[in-house]
Amino acid sequence: MTSRLAAARAVGVEIAARHALDVDARARFPKEAFAALKRAKLLGIMVPKSEGGPGAGIAEVVSICHTLGRSCASTAMIYAMHQIQVSCIVHHVGKSAWHRAFLKRLSKEQLLLASATSEAGVGGDVRSSVCAVEQKGGRFSLAKQATVISYGADADGILVTARRTPQSPASDQVIVVVPKSGFTLVEQQDWDTLGMRGTCSNGYHLTAKGEMAQVIPVPYADVSAQTMLPTSHLVWSALWLGIATDAVARARAFVRAEARKKPSVTAVGGWRLAEAASLLQLMKSNVVASLRQYEAAIGSEDKLSALSFAVAMNNLKTGSSQMAVQVINHALLICGLAGYRNDSPFSIGRHLRDAHSAALMVNNDRILANTANLLLALREDPELLA
Amino acid sequence: MPLPVQARVRTLLKNTGWLQADIETLADDADLYAAGLTSHATVNLMLALEEAFDIEFPDRLLRRRTFSSVDAIAEALVEIGVQKEAA
Repeated sequence: MTSRLAAARAVGVEIAARHALDVDARARFPKEAFAALKRAKLLGIMVPKSEGGPGAGIAEVVSICHTLGRSCASTAMIYAMHQIQVSCIVHHVGKSAWHRAFLKRLSKEQLLLASATSEAGVGGDVRSSVCAVEQKGGRFSLAKQATVISYGADADGILVTARRTPQSPASDQVIVVVPKSGFTLVEQQDWDTLGMRGTCSNGYHLTAKGEMAQVIPVPYADVSAQTMLPTSHLVWSALWLGIATDAVARARAFVRAEARKKPSVTAVGGWRLAEAASLLQLMKSNVVASLRQYEAAIGSEDKLSALSFAVAMNNLKTGSSQMAVQVINHALLICGLAGYRNDSPFSIGRHLRDAHSAALMVNNDRILANTANLLLALREDPELLA
Repeated sequence: MPLPVQARVRTLLKNTGWLQADIETLADDADLYAAGLTSHATVNLMLALEEAFDIEFPDRLLRRRTFSSVDAIAEALVEIGVQKEAA
């Protein structure tokens, strides 16, 4: 375990877990956990050495999301979404001086980045925009009806997608990095949901302005396919695995307690626990194999833009989102009423509610439709160990 | 009469709804994605090309940039054996 992963685990166990119930009950930002993550300098870990950061890789970020997911799903999700944004900047800004300076600032000040990709009027398709970058000289302005900006009110910067110009078609998008000083948010809708309540994913009217240099210099289509999608599906799956892992840990503790009471009888939940452990292992294998596949593709535009890669990363997301709920359901059945209660150490309710968001955040049906389209083009399947 | 590959690709792109811009207004090297071609439509375009030219794109050509312009598509088609001036 790296020292950073150990630090993240400590934040999870000692701080995020302690406030998780209150974060969930009040649907509030997990400010204690983020103050601690900033203190431990865990927000800027992906910033390259050339920009003053430690240049941590995706594997470390994925591990941290997993460990945080075991303590507080909202904390893990916010951390994951932040790192997706950082990853897009790190991989796609080339020599852009503005972005390089921003990464330095991010590392020094441990800035928290949010994302404004969802928009009213595009039917949930984040690869289409209504709003556009309006250029005037070297400056830009844009206005967006953002249906959700998770933790927007607590973010130090937002990455915003928009059409390249007011004349561009909906699918010709760019993504712009806007520090807090460059945007204003007017809240349109609050966030009172079944789960993931601490992500505070309110809807806002966003207005932003700044220098044209803040626009990431490659099309959003490339940023999305090569970095945002694989990174999102990896970090999300890892944290969903974390939620499921904690649910199974509770179920295991429950079965053990039962077994201690009646050592001569096989505990009722024992077999189901075995099944849950097997599903959990499948889920974990999927996350780790996909992580290795992404690591092997980083740096190769060809590999990252291959259809087979997109299909694999889509499958990771749809697969782990469904399996998380399935595993947690097993844990609930094992713990029975003790799991159903909100006031027991075996409570599974929050896990289940949080995990149900997985199939919806970028709806699985939308991803399956995309995969179905890609499968029309996909040719051969790779070898077992390829 | 022989028809350059580019012209046949243009015929395929006409009236499909895949582009927001009129193909007649676009140069052979114009960026089709900037003209509204989506990732989803790219797959449909690929299938239409396979049907029209009776070819199959190998995996290595199934990339976004293969379909980024009329010229890029023609280049890929020629690479997999379509005659440049095929009738």
